[in-house]
Amino acid sequence: MPEIRVTPLGAGQDVGRSCILVSIAGKNVMLDCGMHMGFNDDRRFPDFSYITRSGRLTDFLDCVIISHFHLDHCGALPYFSEMVGYDGPIYMTHPTQAICPILLEDYRKIAVDKKGEANFFTSQMIKDCMKKVVAVHLHQTVQVDDELEIKAYYAGHVLGAAMFQIKVGSESVVYTGDYNMTPDRHLGAAWIDRCRPNLLITESTYATTIRDSKRCRERDFLKKVHEAVERGGKVLIPVFALGRAQELCILLETFWERMNLKAPIYFSTGLTEKANHYYKLFITWTNQKIRKTFVQRNMFEFKHIKAFDRAFADNPGPMVVFATPGMLHAGQSLQIFRKWAGNEKNMVIMPGYCVQGTVGHKILSGQRKLEMEGRQVLEVKMQVEYMSFSAHADAKGIMQLVGQVEPEGVLLVHGEAKKMEFLKQKIEQELRVSCYMPANGETVTLPTSPSIPVGISLGLLKREMAQGLLPDAKKPRLLHGTLIMKDSNFRLVSSEQALKELGLAEHQLRFTCRVHLHDPRKEQETALRVYSHLKRWAPRSFWLGLGRSGARGGSHCASRQRPQGPLRAAPSRWVRDCGVHPHPGCCPLRGPRHQGAAGVLDLPG
Amino acid sequence: MAAHLKKRVYEEFTKVVQQQQEEIATKKLRLTKPSKSAALHIDLCKATSPADALQYLLQFARKPVEAESVEGVVRILLEHYYKENDPSVRLKIASLLGLLSKTAGFSPDCIMDDAINILQNEKSHQVLAQLLDTLLAIGTKLPENQAIQMRLVDVACKHLTDTSHGVRNKCLQLLGNLGSLEKSVTKDGEGLAVRDVQKIIGDYFSDQDPRVRTAAIKAMLQLHERGLKLHQTIYNQACKLLSDDYEQVRSAAVQLIWVVSQLYPESIVPIPSSNEEIRLVDDAFGKICHMVSDGSWVVRVQAAKLLGSMEQVSSHFLEQTLDKKLMSDLRRKRTAHERAKELYSSGEFSTGRKWGDDAPKEEIDTGAVNLIESGACGAFVHGLEDEMYEVRIAAVEALCMLAQSSPSFAEKCLDFLVDMFNDEIEEVRLQSIHTMRKISNNITLREDQLDTVLAVLEDSSRDIREALHELLCCTNVSTKEGIHLALVELLKNLTKYPTDRDSIWKCLKFLGSRHPTLVLPLVPELLSTHPFFDTAEPDMDDPAYIAVLVLIFNAAKTCPTMPALFSDHTFRHYAYLRDSLSHLVPALRLPGRKLVSSAVSPSIMPHEDPSHQFLQQSLERVYSLQHLDPQGTQELLELTIRDLQRLGELQSELAGVADFSATYLRCQLLLIKALQEKLWNVAAPLYLKQSDLASAAAKQIMEETYKMEFMYSGVENKQVVIIHHMRLQAKALQLIVTARTTRGVDPLFGMCEKFLQEVDFFQRCFIADLPHLQDSFVDKLLDLMPRLMTSKPVEVVKILQTMLRQSTFLHLPLPEQIHKASATIIEPAGESDNPLRFTSGLVVALDVDATLEHVQDPQSTVKVQVLYPDGQAQMIHPKPADFRNPGPGRHRLITQVYLSHTAWTEPCQVEVRLLLAYNSSSRIPKSPWIEGGEVSPQVETSIEGTIPFSKSVKVYIMPKPARR
Repeated sequence: MPEIRVTPLGAGQDVGRSCILVSIAGKNVMLDCGMHMGFNDDRRFPDFSYITRSGRLTDFLDCVIISHFHLDHCGALPYFSEMVGYDGPIYMTHPTQAICPILLEDYRKIAVDKKGEANFFTSQMIKDCMKKVVAVHLHQTVQVDDELEIKAYYAGHVLGAAMFQIKVGSESVVYTGDYNMTPDRHLGAAWIDRCRPNLLITESTYATTIRDSKRCRERDFLKKVHEAVERGGKVLIPVFALGRAQELCILLETFWERMNLKAPIYFSTGLTEKANHYYKLFITWTNQKIRKTFVQRNMFEFKHIKAFDRAFADNPGPMVVFATPGMLHAGQSLQIFRKWAGNEKNMVIMPGYCVQGTVGHKILSGQRKLEMEGRQVLEVKMQVEYMSFSAHADAKGIMQLVGQVEPEGVLLVHGEAKKMEFLKQKIEQELRVSCYMPANGETVTLPTSPSIPVGISLGLLKREMAQGLLPDAKKPRLLHGTLIMKDSNFRLVSSEQALKELGLAEHQLRFTCRVHLHDPRKEQETALRVYSHLKRWAPRSFWLGLGRSGARGGSHCASRQRPQGPLRAAPSRWVRDCGVHPHPGCCPLRGPRHQGAAGVLDLPG
Repeated sequence: MAAHLKKRVYEEFTKVVQQQQEEIATKKLRLTKPSKSAALHIDLCKATSPADALQYLLQFARKPVEAESVEGVVRILLEHYYKENDPSVRLKIASLLGLLSKTAGFSPDCIMDDAINILQNEKSHQVLAQLLDTLLAIGTKLPENQAIQMRLVDVACKHLTDTSHGVRNKCLQLLGNLGSLEKSVTKDGEGLAVRDVQKIIGDYFSDQDPRVRTAAIKAMLQLHERGLKLHQTIYNQACKLLSDDYEQVRSAAVQLIWVVSQLYPESIVPIPSSNEEIRLVDDAFGKICHMVSDGSWVVRVQAAKLLGSMEQVSSHFLEQTLDKKLMSDLRRKRTAHERAKELYSSGEFSTGRKWGDDAPKEEIDTGAVNLIESGACGAFVHGLEDEMYEVRIAAVEALCMLAQSSPSFAEKCLDFLVDMFNDEIEEVRLQSIHTMRKISNNITLREDQLDTVLAVLEDSSRDIREALHELLCCTNVSTKEGIHLALVELLKNLTKYPTDRDSIWKCLKFLGSRHPTLVLPLVPELLSTHPFFDTAEPDMDDPAYIAVLVLIFNAAKTCPTMPALFSDHTFRHYAYLRDSLSHLVPALRLPGRKLVSSAVSPSIMPHEDPSHQFLQQSLERVYSLQHLDPQGTQELLELTIRDLQRLGELQSELAGVADFSATYLRCQLLLIKALQEKLWNVAAPLYLKQSDLASAAAKQIMEETYKMEFMYSGVENKQVVIIHHMRLQAKALQLIVTARTTRGVDPLFGMCEKFLQEVDFFQRCFIADLPHLQDSFVDKLLDLMPRLMTSKPVEVVKILQTMLRQSTFLHLPLPEQIHKASATIIEPAGESDNPLRFTSGLVVALDVDATLEHVQDPQSTVKVQVLYPDGQAQMIHPKPADFRNPGPGRHRLITQVYLSHTAWTEPCQVEVRLLLAYNSSSRIPKSPWIEGGEVSPQVETSIEGTIPFSKSVKVYIMPKPARR
């Protein structure tokens, strides 16, 4: 039985460490190669030894696909390719290829320089790893080898985020990575065509949430910043360097422009500056507004947003500062926070989720006195606001995408088990699509019924098509012909040609049977009655043809109607037609139903 | 010779127009017919290769063919068609046949047989498709001929089974355009020949080719457009097509569903998988709503647009479109809108300080949550959040239309509209503000909503701000805090953008008059009066203070208790503002105030009638007193003109009429004055100098008549006659003056001839109105026309002179609605002392911002003129996109004018003003004659010119020599 096997090594009923193995028609593909934020031991990387107990990964895996540059999707890549050892191709989009090494380098620095870890990948390894990357364009079909092809679609989660379709022959899988169905200020909404894959692997971060309109959130955010600036306060916005930060920058930038505001906006330097550069470059990956206006002015060439310097924090007057990191646990954002916390005019806006134990989490849960290192107590007088800007699809968005793709099955990853359960139930109920949610290391096997292309001569097709009068596109149609299997090659030809090719003569078989009629009438009369009866019931000439093909309208060769399994094991040379033409007069009492059964003889195993 | 010529012209003009035309046509025919078809024939015979033949055909197709020669050409083409082997040439011939059969005046039924004939033998699919297209052209040309139509439909049905999608497409198109529903079946009784076209087309909804499916739906829509009633059965078929793989099919299917829902709104359809039934329009609405989240934005735009026009949908469904049912971790969450509302009603403002302020409350039953509703849920929420602004605009428009028809929906959609004020694209923001204005009579803004609305006042785009002012003009505010908030924000806006002054004052005027009771409690605070102490008198010239006063005075108009709260200086300021800004400050009844109240209130309160009466009376006085002695007439005219002008200033609604009549009277006055000149009594050579006055008068009258004709909107034909008549008089005057002042007769010949032609032209144009012009100049002139034709110029002049003197004063009937076109240049303000410096030879862009009132078709008529100090003038045509239309009768011109000049030593001022270009041919009723072609434009039928209609603004500029 042909099947698709999916095994999550990470992100199965979990968020973080995305890594999913897919075997499809004999090809093995690894989707994403991420690290886990929550662990510092071996668990932070996927267990690659699962893939192959012994032997090289390169021999086993046909390719690796990275959906976007977030570390939980690409963080383990250098480890995987350089330390474990993988030399095959790694596919990702151009922006991901550009930004990914910056983030990996940053991650390495924190791990090695700050935490002093040994046995971690080096800068050189990152470089070597990136050399194995093949960049793809949106909607470009990339032929990995003769059979395996992949295609990227826009996902709208971060710059360069993509969904991938993996296709072998007629079997295909779509992996969404992280995606967003509602457009934001700098990215568009995810889009994919109705490709009807066998399986859709989708993230489900917000499986149980339907979100409010983004406009309310934006408006609230702008209003709060505006008010704080107007009364002369300083606003601190701790952000992660990439993604949301750019969105918020654009939001503030346009607002400043519209409202003619003069207060300065600063952005902490370093990593982000490099990233901003890439945002400027990859304009085609942004949303409609930015794409349309960049000729006049690139939206990422911020007019009001300047680079931050440590000394600016003490400047008088209102200002807005974006600073990393986003959870206020260390670095510049924490320094600024300590400086400004004492003034009630100031404000801090947390635009995202904060992990327990960080300063961010403490102030969000309402703590007003913070104990800093060295037994210092910091009193927080400044306003603390929380705004959620997240770029994952919500439950409705996920359903919308599933509806758009029309898969045969859905597999949920990248979410919490409890929430997945709900979504799974909904998908099965409302879309009537089977749904899976494997845990890490658990394998889902999905039987497929691949369609086998059968060549048919145009002449035969046209002749058979001409028999029906009205177009009936969606209904399978009966075609008569002879199926020839030769060197894993299937052809449907007319019976005459088949005979010719095989050098066989036509044999006629005649079936006769005797029927006793007990009719009191005269011979002649009886014969007439029988004749008229037959004429009514069997108006068409009936003859037996054996090749059966439900042609779908005019689609060129055969069909979605899949021949049954035994065909596969068939010997290389086979003929399945006897060219049987029963004499119409010889089986007189056969009704139409019998004829049907005879006409569609199933192939014997 | 000249006389002879004149006579001929005159005679020809008096002939019946119809005849003339025929004559011309036949003449042409004889000339062109043989050459055209013969040339084509020769060309085609000459052609050696298909490529050559194609070239000839292409060349031939560039020139038009006359109706009479079409038949010959068609024969030749058909002949070649039969001979031709190359499909591309046949294709071209087929397309030419189609083009030719569209020629006006040619009846294509004669080529139909041939076309059908060749259709049967044709093998190439492309040519077949083209031939069907030709048949379509023929069929549409002959809509009455039932037999032909039926035949064509038969042909189309026969070819429907063709394997090429192009042929099937065309067949369906043909069916859509020509087929009929079983209408004739009932007529024929048996109806074997007539097919049920809808059924046939419907079968192709499931064709394998998406293009054919689309064509089938389009054909169906075409049937509907032709007024045939589609069956309801089609609805289910169309619904299936909504899930088609191809966007063009889905887009067309959405349209079809909409059409059916409009045809059978009340019929009942079952809901699949349940026993319930709903109205068809509701079902269709739900389906179209679902398409708002389609994968293709073309379909989304289509769906969003159509939603707006489904007014019969029940309110229950309508309100679902705004509902998205939020949840978080399986618990119901309130939307931000609901939270805002709740906070508002509990009298507390959002703190937003707590994390999890929006924490979800109740648990949701997992079974009850439906993530993909078949219904309308959240369609607009999605539409308004769409990535493409086209979809968002369509959604806003649809919201607007639905809200206009349903007040309860209007109330609900308010939150969403307010949110759209923060869209990233200005067009969308503007559109949503306009939408809000349109539905403003259905809604009352809550305070928190008002807050969001007012925040947009700081927008740097002027369009947005002004649209918002317009919106505030007609908004209902619920509380006095709301009014106060609005006032504060408007004042903030005023300080930030002082140019918005007028717009803000106007806004406050309406705000005040709409909410008198809400303003009342605010008065002491706004005027900062104190019960015991006198406060300092505010500065009268402060725009902000004026703004406050405008609000208060307008509120006081309907609130008699308010003036009691005013302090002394307020009354003084009132008197001042009432006079200086009379359009903003209404008349108040102020009890106990001697000065203001007695003088103003009684006379002006019922103001509408008397002023109008006054206008009528003064005009009548003028018209009746024409036999007074010249001196008296002049004085009366002058007086009336003055009165009218003042009236126009005081009463803005009468300004157009008053100005219009004043201008006319001024023309008359000028004419009288000119005729009073001594010049007429003295021998010609002596009066070169004085004649200046007369000729200047003539020139001025001409100018004024052009102004009257083109600067006023609402001028009817009646007035145009009078105006032209006045112009004719001016021309006569000009002729006389030149005759008196020039020596020699030669130049006079030409002038006389020209004048007579003009008279003739006048007669032709206004032949219907001539009876109204009894006793007038032209009346007499026409009486004497035969004599004038034959007499010498000197005599003509003499006759004219006497006639001018004798002619009576024509009564100018006043049109219903007349408005003078006017323009005000807001930017540049012309106050800057800093010259605009630029390098000479290069250009500098000057922003021009002007409002235009009552200008028809400003895109083509309004020009910007720049006058340089050296007398050089430059005319600039603004782009059509530079004009906006903020309201009926009003336009806004925002453009950039490019200036350039060679170097100056000093900064100097250039003048910028707006001109109204006119073209007299556009106004004059066209006679078919002139189009005939034979008549050369010897009469000056079109005079083009410009009228300055704004005050000029001076701009200081300084072109500097380029540095080497």
